[in-house]
Amino acid sequence: MSIGITSYGVYIPRYRIKVEEIARVWGDDPENIKRGLGVCEKSVPDMDEDTATIAVEAARNAIRRNNTNPKEVGAIYVGSESHPYVVKPTATIVAEAIGATPYLTAADFEFACKAGTAAIQACMGEVAAGFIEYGMAIGSDVSQAAPGDALEYTAAAGGAAYIIGKKNLIAEIEDTFSFTTDTPDFWRREGMSYPLHGGRFTGEPAYFRHIVSATKGLMEKIDVKPGDYDFVVFHQPNGKFPIRVAKKLGFTKEQIQPGLIVPTLGNTYSASSLISLAAVLDEAEQGSRILMTSFGSGAGSDSFSMVITEGIDEMRDKAPTVQELLKGARYLDYALYAKHKGVM
Amino acid sequence: MREVAIIGVGCTNFGEMWNRSFRDIFVEAGLSALEDASVEGEEIDALFVGNMSAGKFIDQEHIGSLIADYAGLASLHVPAVRLGAACASGGVALSQGVLAVASGYYDIVVAGGAEKMTDVGTGGAIDALASAADREWEVLMGATFPGLYAMIARLHMHKYGTTREQLAMVAVKNHLNATMNPKAQYRGEISIDEVMSSSLVADPLRILDCSPITDGAAAVVLAPAEIAKKYTESPVYVKASAQATDTISLHDRRDITTLDATVYAAKKAYKIASIRPIDIDLAEVHDCFTIGEICAIEDLGFVPKGNGGPATEDGLTALDGKIPVNPSGGLKACGHPVGATGIKQAVETVLQLRGEAGKRQVSGAEVGLTHNVGGTGGTAVVHILSINR
Amino acid sequence: MAVPRFWRNIPARYNLIGTKCLTCEKCYFPPRTTCPACRRAGKIEMHKFEGIGEVVTYTVIHSASEGFDRQTPYVLAIIRLDEGPCMTAQIVCDPNEIEIGMKVQSIFRKIAEEGPDGVICYGTKFAPKR
Repeated sequence: MSIGITSYGVYIPRYRIKVEEIARVWGDDPENIKRGLGVCEKSVPDMDEDTATIAVEAARNAIRRNNTNPKEVGAIYVGSESHPYVVKPTATIVAEAIGATPYLTAADFEFACKAGTAAIQACMGEVAAGFIEYGMAIGSDVSQAAPGDALEYTAAAGGAAYIIGKKNLIAEIEDTFSFTTDTPDFWRREGMSYPLHGGRFTGEPAYFRHIVSATKGLMEKIDVKPGDYDFVVFHQPNGKFPIRVAKKLGFTKEQIQPGLIVPTLGNTYSASSLISLAAVLDEAEQGSRILMTSFGSGAGSDSFSMVITEGIDEMRDKAPTVQELLKGARYLDYALYAKHKGVM
Repeated sequence: MREVAIIGVGCTNFGEMWNRSFRDIFVEAGLSALEDASVEGEEIDALFVGNMSAGKFIDQEHIGSLIADYAGLASLHVPAVRLGAACASGGVALSQGVLAVASGYYDIVVAGGAEKMTDVGTGGAIDALASAADREWEVLMGATFPGLYAMIARLHMHKYGTTREQLAMVAVKNHLNATMNPKAQYRGEISIDEVMSSSLVADPLRILDCSPITDGAAAVVLAPAEIAKKYTESPVYVKASAQATDTISLHDRRDITTLDATVYAAKKAYKIASIRPIDIDLAEVHDCFTIGEICAIEDLGFVPKGNGGPATEDGLTALDGKIPVNPSGGLKACGHPVGATGIKQAVETVLQLRGEAGKRQVSGAEVGLTHNVGGTGGTAVVHILSINR
Repeated sequence: MAVPRFWRNIPARYNLIGTKCLTCEKCYFPPRTTCPACRRAGKIEMHKFEGIGEVVTYTVIHSASEGFDRQTPYVLAIIRLDEGPCMTAQIVCDPNEIEIGMKVQSIFRKIAEEGPDGVICYGTKFAPKR
């Protein structure tokens, strides 16, 4: 019995701010920042967009892409670290807005940047158990960064929704494997507006250790080598980390390049690895093998191995691709950016 | 049905009256109307009070009792009722008063209107006024009251070629008229350039296209025509009173640039009075925004649909024009205490027909029309008044 | 707006669910319990609108009500939905991009919020059709 992805949808707000513009305000050297982070610009939500609206647009694109009957979606889980309410779910808003209510279960997930992949695992379990026909897992964020913090250069907005099921698969998920420890590399306390982070501590003991362990664990479990994959996707907090971790694990630039969208999108947190996977699905062919490993601070990684099945070609154009969503960007200056982010 | 006459009128100054309350202004208007009519309190059979939103503006309901009480009529136990139809509340109060006298049920009726708008902040006033529109499907979608009229203006300009200057000319004319009205809120002239360079409220409407927030009250005393001469040498006869409704939301209208409620109320009124639009010597129309007056003169049949802009430009509606419109200064410059407006229009028309309008007197006026609109045209009330019985 | 009053209309606000009269075949948005054309002879049923329409008229709001004041300037329009009825909604586009006759499609946005600690009202806005 195979389980996998039956559809996917992405949404990216149309506004952007360039590294140069943020650097101008804080007196940083933009070339230095771009070189250091591997990011040139990032997406910014409109003033009336938040994690819920982005999740809804992504979910609607997923429903549209393969014409899923929303009443057959038995579970909706929205992963985010910027849910509009601390108490009151985002998932119910999505459920109502795609017409999936009332006979389904729904919940919000939080695990820093990997809450969306945790949601996929939850859906896989319920589908496998036969509790539900389809489950929808969403990663959506309007990431917060304190003005002047290094995170401000990358904290972006976007969302991706995946429908998990057994029928009409476009990608069969061969297996999933996770690696989790208690590692406080990045956090935001209740009532605080912006997260804090451990600086360089977020690197080796957090991002690299967890991604490497989860990915190695998965490959050992199903007995595959890096060379068996056509595409590989890692969480993209910046343009440097995913390339370095790929190299560390023995993957090539060719394998990672198609999903590497962070330079013009920024870090979309819970949506990061899921939008990157969507960019790969936008161009993968039948039989392509894909490895995706997310990372969420705190800390954990979920690794997935999947193989593209037939049928992906017909549905690809029924919803916008990641590259299409990245086009037509409108650039903001820092003052308008601050207005959009509600800073002033 | 009996014929009805207006035997007395009264009106407060219009403007921001910081030291006066709702009850103060209503009593002032009512007493001056009674004095004008030489009517004693004991003679009053009923009070009809137009008031849009005392609940929102002064957090007070039960307006009938409050007004009867402070007018000194509670001990006489005079029946008093408050009528609401947004900005047409005054017109509706007049209409109901006229029907009550015409029916023979009452003889002497005071029809008044009052609004105290400055006891809330501007935000509160905007919110109260917005309740004239559909709260759920217009206001909660981001509409403001000027925004709705701006959409009428935009389409009128698109369909008929009405120009931005022509809209401004309505404001310029009404401000000029108001300079001659001692009770008006604004008594200074403005220029087309000033209107066109004033700040944008809802494109294409600018702040000088909009009527202001005003405190004010007005009242008229009604009596059966056959006994009117007992009270006054110059009764003014109510030749027609007609009201019509339409959808509350602008988007549901047959035609967004036509206020069908106005068209229907006017047609009915002309028919009842057996006159034609051309017989009207002056009109007080509902210019809550400049586009409002342009639509009004079209929908009342003074000019063909779409000709309101050019007609204004040509001076048709000026004080010395063929049909002087808003000699008082209109809502735009005289002020717009919403619930009082419909009554104030009748007060102005009576003064004009009696020849008592001073510098703004329309010479030889015998027949006048008042036109009062609620919301963006969900309600319209038209009255035709004449010195001839 | 009071929570129950907003909540009651969530299907209409999120998904443009209005009504259709089976007697005269006319569609209505927002939903109505009586057909204004057939009145007592009308038979009302739910109808989901596609969310495609055309701008009938518009304005750019510079001075907004509470709850909308942070969004100014914003475009407000009357939109004629392809199925017939007209509705008032915001158009998410540049104020100089909007014009009468423009084709638009529905999008899901935050409409208003009751201050920083109140409920958020989500619903339908429109964007130029792509």
